[in-house]
Amino acid sequence: MIRPETEKVESAQASNASSEAIVYTETVVFAPPEQYAADAPYQLAIVDLPSGERTTVRILGKTPADRVSIGDRVTFVSEDAGVRYYRKATVPAAEQTANIPRPLI
Amino acid sequence: MRSVAVLGIGKTAYGAFPDRDLRSLAVEAVNLAMQDAQLASERVQAFYLGNFAGPSFVGQNHLAPYIGSAAGFLGIPCTRVEDACASGGSAFFHGWMSVASGVYDAVVVAGVEKMTSQSTPRVTEILAGAGDMAGEGRAGATFPALFAMIARRHMHQFGTTREQLAAVAVKNHANGAKNPMAHMRKVISLEQALSGKPVAEPLTVFDCSLISDGAAAVVLVPADDALRYHSRFARVRSVAQTSDYVALDRKKDITFFPAVQSAAKKAYDAAGVGPQDIGVAEVHDCFTIAEIVASEDLGFVRKGEGGPFAAAGCTAIGGRIPINTSGGLKSKGHPVGATGVGQICDLVQQLRGDAGERQVARHRLGLAQNLGGSGGTCVVTILEAA
Repeated sequence: MIRPETEKVESAQASNASSEAIVYTETVVFAPPEQYAADAPYQLAIVDLPSGERTTVRILGKTPADRVSIGDRVTFVSEDAGVRYYRKATVPAAEQTANIPRPLI
Repeated sequence: MRSVAVLGIGKTAYGAFPDRDLRSLAVEAVNLAMQDAQLASERVQAFYLGNFAGPSFVGQNHLAPYIGSAAGFLGIPCTRVEDACASGGSAFFHGWMSVASGVYDAVVVAGVEKMTSQSTPRVTEILAGAGDMAGEGRAGATFPALFAMIARRHMHQFGTTREQLAAVAVKNHANGAKNPMAHMRKVISLEQALSGKPVAEPLTVFDCSLISDGAAAVVLVPADDALRYHSRFARVRSVAQTSDYVALDRKKDITFFPAVQSAAKKAYDAAGVGPQDIGVAEVHDCFTIAEIVASEDLGFVRKGEGGPFAAAGCTAIGGRIPINTSGGLKSKGHPVGATGVGQICDLVQQLRGDAGERQVARHRLGLAQNLGGSGGTCVVTILEAA
């Protein structure tokens, strides 16, 4: 069951997802909930969208090269069953470094 | 508002007890607290029960009268309180309020959880329900994952290290090893803590609290009445409960918990004291990073310095501010609904001078901090020795 207003919020968020985002924080989950047992290990990230929204997404890829770190750019790939999937953006190292948010302190 | 006293405390051991059910654990804790208080059960006017997920863990609803009636409380209001891992703290807050306000003259607050009858993946899934299941939960966030992301950010902004996280686990295991009621009475080395199996990077099994069964209870009466019973009570100087977003991704900066900072400020202000006056503290170390963040949010150390503070031994028994002398959730165990009430019991033991090998130099004031989810609820309590 879903309330109509929830659906509206979600589709609004989905329209913002079709672009790049910056990794605010991340982790690789080795001990998954029952529901996602088959996916583990998987990388999860909280990303900052261009709209200023922050949201929790999955990062695609299983190799170390696919893993993202704080400040990395990621690209929206797909949305499935309410989960948004992103992958590491392929950008020149110099440009990427320039986009890492400065630490607050 | 009237001044309130914790007249009696009672706890079961925390651990994995396949032969014990949820009700028998809770009743045992209540009976111990009633004996300690020297109060007859007919005097009790209300019963509050902290429980996070009895319906999911053991399939039982309507828990407060289910347990209250078994403990001898018939006819009085019996109410279950659920605020994730702060369920016990919230139950304590509401019990305190009902005595402080003058509505009741004797109240029992208990907390209980029976978790070990479920598999670890199922427990992980049930615990994830303390987060936003429509957002972070759906994406696959477990509780270790949420605190792992907090740890990553804290490391990024303040230079907190893996070794500093591990130091919290080593210290809490050293304390828990001296606690006969603790779930895992095992001293661990820094090397062990650093080489644990990964749960959610950068956190390993040694950064995570334990899946436990257990219960705790306290008896509350007006402080003016307490001396009529005995002199081993503790005075509740203040208790504050606050809230915030449940979803971690709704927060601007995840390296601190606004709910903890505001609960601490309210509790300090109401008691007319500051962090420098606190002699011993039980804080919510559901993960090692949570204890480091709590030590900062409670004002024991400046923002960002919780890691070095822990690694330097400042939070050990004999340190500047002994934190989690009980072993904390890490070693003592974390039967979720019991935790907040158990912290009060542990603190009262310290203030009475009854903490045995874990006893710190006697202090007048102790603080307990109980956190729900990734900061959606916080309860901070300041207790004073009678």
